[in-house]
Amino acid sequence: MEQIKHHLNDGLLMAYAAGNLPEAFNLVVATHISMCDECRARLEAFEAVGGTLLDGETEDVGEVDFTGCLAKIDAGPSEPIRVDHKPGLFPSALQDYVGGDLDAVKWRPVGMGVRQAILPTSKDATVRLLHIPAGAAVPDHGHRGTELTLVLQGAFADEEDRFGPGDIEIATEDLEHTPVAEMGEDCICLAATDAPLKFRGLIPRLAQPFLRI
Amino acid sequence: MLVGTAIAEQPLETELPLEHPRTVSETKGRSARKVKPTKKMTEETQWVELVLRIRSKDQDAFKAVFQHFAPRVKAFLMKSGTDAGMAEECAQDVMATLWHKAHMFDPSRASVSTWIFTIARNRRIDMLRKQRRPEPDELTWGPEPEPDGAEVVELQQESERLAEALSQLPEKQKDLIQRAYFGDLSHSEIAEETGLPLGTIKSRIRLALERLRHQMK
Repeated sequence: MEQIKHHLNDGLLMAYAAGNLPEAFNLVVATHISMCDECRARLEAFEAVGGTLLDGETEDVGEVDFTGCLAKIDAGPSEPIRVDHKPGLFPSALQDYVGGDLDAVKWRPVGMGVRQAILPTSKDATVRLLHIPAGAAVPDHGHRGTELTLVLQGAFADEEDRFGPGDIEIATEDLEHTPVAEMGEDCICLAATDAPLKFRGLIPRLAQPFLRI
Repeated sequence: MLVGTAIAEQPLETELPLEHPRTVSETKGRSARKVKPTKKMTEETQWVELVLRIRSKDQDAFKAVFQHFAPRVKAFLMKSGTDAGMAEECAQDVMATLWHKAHMFDPSRASVSTWIFTIARNRRIDMLRKQRRPEPDELTWGPEPEPDGAEVVELQQESERLAEALSQLPEKQKDLIQRAYFGDLSHSEIAEETGLPLGTIKSRIRLALERLRHQMK
């Protein structure tokens, strides 16, 4: 893989470490970290901050029932040991949501050759896979809230920069951009947002409630 | 499992040889790495020693870890808005998971308190939010990696230095960290660059990850 140039920011890593991100964002963060050891190390450093807070937690809340815990131990592990999936384009966390790798995605057209597949998560944010044909553009849009776009295959460029495999673009309210997929290879992205996108053109705006993008 | 017993035989004030004792057949073909015992045992490495003993089902070690950490997990969860009954249940679950998954603990990447923190965080999401919880790919599938003794000691010492550094932050910044970890701040309310002194511990973890990647090849 090419060198990853665009990484997660501290706010996202700290909120993931604290267990405080919407499910859709957790999926993007977990997928990026599966591809990026730099962010994995940063995440584990933020988890160390959590460990320090835990260890410093000396407020007296009474004893925890040891016998109750032993009973739970006798009952066996509460969750199955994780199984990692077959190597593919998608890391295991994403394969769990898709029900397989790239060939298992149920794409739906959203116009201009772009296809998407919305993945089921809790409703506080949404996440979808996007398939953008080489050279094609995603309609010009701004955002409310935050939009995370992680490149899984190919590359796109917008007014900000170029984003290749493993790169993540973090777009906030003030960014209006038109991502264009690079020539050569179709671009596949995982994109999450905690608010609906705002499209500038009339047609995409009319289509938005139906497409849920 | 020889790990726990071998380490348990070490007197407490001596160094911590984290090299896994291996049978002859296991050692064959590997260069059995000898870790030069140079560092004194610290508080964090003592917790590591206890968790390694839990791998071989040492109940005394488990009880010691339980007595220290279970009330802290419960208090932490209550501060995060969990009611007392649920926090008790969750703390028991966390410690039971620690017993079952002690073999998954990698002391070259995390202190015991950090590892327990992540188990508690995960359990809280599972119990309260009832959503799926996507996790990064594991790096440690397959044969159990050998933690490098010197790497472990350095990481554990770095964890202690981090705790020290965090305790010296201005009250305002400490308050923000607590609010973030107790769930009162969303990702967009946390700065893009927090400025926390995490550079050194991150570099240590990064080295351990590179070693794991190398072993996977």
